[in-house]
Amino acid sequence: MSSIVLIPILPFLAFLITGLFGRWIGHRAHWVAVPAVGLSWLLSIAAFLDVAGGAPIQVTLYHWIGSGSLNVNLSLYVDQLTAVMLLLVTTVSALVHLYTVGYMHGDKGYARFFAYIALFTFSMLMLVMADNFLQLYVFWEAVGLCSYLLIAHWYERKAACDAATKAFVVNRVGDFGFGLGILLAFVTFGSLDYQTAFSAAPDHVGRTINLLAWAGGEWSVDVITLIVLLLFVGAVGKSAQLPLHTWLPDAMEGPTPISALIHAATMVTAGVFLVARLNPLFNLSPVAMDVVAWTGAATAIFAATIALTQNDIKRIVAYSTVSQLGYMMMACGLGAYTAGIFHLLTHGAFKALLFLGCGSVIHALSGEQDLRRMGGLKSAMPITYWTFLAGAIALAGIPPFAGFFSKDEILWEAFSAGGAGVLFWAIGLGTAFLTAFYIFRLVFSVFHGRSRVSKEAAHHLHESPAVITVPLVVLAILSLTAGWVGIPAEGLNAIDPFLAPVLAAPEAAGHAADHAMEYLLMAVSVLVAAGGIGLAYVFYVRSPALPARVAASAAGLYRLSFNKWYVDELYDAIVIRPTVALAHALWRGVDVFIIDGAVNGVGRVTQAWGTVLRVMQSGQLQHYALFMALGAVLMVGLYLLG
Amino acid sequence: MVPLSYYLTLGAVLFGIGIVGVLIRKNIIIILLSIELMLNATNINFVAFSHYLQDVTGQVFVFFVMTVAAAEVAIGLAIIIALYRNRSTINVEDISLMKW
Repeated sequence: MSSIVLIPILPFLAFLITGLFGRWIGHRAHWVAVPAVGLSWLLSIAAFLDVAGGAPIQVTLYHWIGSGSLNVNLSLYVDQLTAVMLLLVTTVSALVHLYTVGYMHGDKGYARFFAYIALFTFSMLMLVMADNFLQLYVFWEAVGLCSYLLIAHWYERKAACDAATKAFVVNRVGDFGFGLGILLAFVTFGSLDYQTAFSAAPDHVGRTINLLAWAGGEWSVDVITLIVLLLFVGAVGKSAQLPLHTWLPDAMEGPTPISALIHAATMVTAGVFLVARLNPLFNLSPVAMDVVAWTGAATAIFAATIALTQNDIKRIVAYSTVSQLGYMMMACGLGAYTAGIFHLLTHGAFKALLFLGCGSVIHALSGEQDLRRMGGLKSAMPITYWTFLAGAIALAGIPPFAGFFSKDEILWEAFSAGGAGVLFWAIGLGTAFLTAFYIFRLVFSVFHGRSRVSKEAAHHLHESPAVITVPLVVLAILSLTAGWVGIPAEGLNAIDPFLAPVLAAPEAAGHAADHAMEYLLMAVSVLVAAGGIGLAYVFYVRSPALPARVAASAAGLYRLSFNKWYVDELYDAIVIRPTVALAHALWRGVDVFIIDGAVNGVGRVTQAWGTVLRVMQSGQLQHYALFMALGAVLMVGLYLLG
Repeated sequence: MVPLSYYLTLGAVLFGIGIVGVLIRKNIIIILLSIELMLNATNINFVAFSHYLQDVTGQVFVFFVMTVAAAEVAIGLAIIIALYRNRSTINVEDISLMKW
């Protein structure tokens, strides 16, 4: 038994204690949860160092299912990819736990909240440490459950409950595909083990499966492509890619620490992690890779255009998350898994920072989330301001902050991928411009300019306590430094060689290391990012009247962006309304009319007969005697006639 | 020699009178008497057939019927007395407790 067993167990114990005894622990819950996750973080570092120095670690906890050819173990598998994910999850989780102490102070669901985030941490750790599809699937669902529970933490608010339900239902669509993919993988490869499946997969290249066999039709599909695409449907749901992205912005109804932990840094990146983890399968299907890349690219630019016009600060950051996840997916689809995972890591740091910064602002303004009622907070909240600025610069992609290195690696990989790569590069660059603009729109609107804060909120305005600002500072430092492991120069880049054993590119014919070109592109992307920031400065600091004029002159586009491209309305029209109408029809037509009608009908017929027959039951002895006599006459008559 | 059909007609008429009495009279004692009338109608039939078939079994049956009828009257009158003590009436229209 190695110490990596304790990494998931500690948060699980914290969940049990705070969950079962929360009533008595109450506001002391963090004394259980924070140390547990902190220890788990230390152990993750140890595991990371172990893996960095040698082979992957595998610990089989027990033989879970053994039935015929189905053998599933519950095990912990730590290789280089898992190790970096462990670091990310435990670091962000530990900081968020700490932050929660301040943010949720006095909340009546304090212990419950800690129980759920500890459970989430456990599930997420088990997810990344899984070595087979089934374990992955179970904890994939478990993190979805935690997400649901935590979005609905303030369950008295209808909006929160609706958002939680939406998150769960939309994810169900993706998970359905995911489940089918796992079944097909088992049928095809004969095992749910990653390694067995990976080694069996090349033998199945080119094999097709007839999807219409049950109907006697003929529709042959490449089996590997089908498996991979079905699995990718799950990733689309979890990572909020088009067209299943709608749940993530709504999930912002949950408390902010949740947005930072689950909906920015960890759970939503599970989809990207899945694609990277299963890269030996994805590499076998060029079609699926194209689908992944295009989905990612479309999501990246699409979500960025929405983020431009939103007014809720958390929603801006949420759409930014969707957009950045699209970036990662695009990288994975191009075969640049390392770049995708690298961006996942840096994004985890700076996006968690941005969310926690938003939370700090919301906390200081007593729950205000609309940036039209903020402004000029810089002097009142210096630590929040400076850390938030660090996150924003990292997101915009200005060197030497983390986002720059990871984003540029993706752009460079896209540019040098050949084929449609330049197109991806252009989309990525356009997204980078929009990203820089919208995040600095947020920064300038919230922290600069004239204060538009309401009187009551301004009265309470204060810098947040240390439990909130310390995680911000730590994350700000990470947002600055995390990218330095991926400096694109010989000998300085640490992350690519580290992940290389796990994340092999589809074709090893590496692009000619044209560093001159790479540096040129780098300069272009920095200029573009700076342009976005400059435009935001002009719009929101220099001449604040300008945005309204621009919005008025392009009213159609503005409305399209402001209303999120009407995707929710579209789904409402093509999915929700028909479903509700069908349910209504089934309720009225089948349930009330046919089923209830049948039951009530039986009752009514019985009653009607009773009404008729009771007339004979007069209670008069002589009437009965009369009937008897008539009956006798009748029988005798029949006998005589017959 | 009186033919059999005369006896049978007499029995049928008596039985009809009895049955109508049971069905239409309201006084429970009259009803009891009507029942006796019906029993005696059958007795006439028994005796007539017994003579006609030259078989005494019918006459044996008549004694049984008389015995039972006597017992029945004893019980019936007792019930009627008990009923009258409880309900102060022997009108069957007032005795309709068989209906809920």
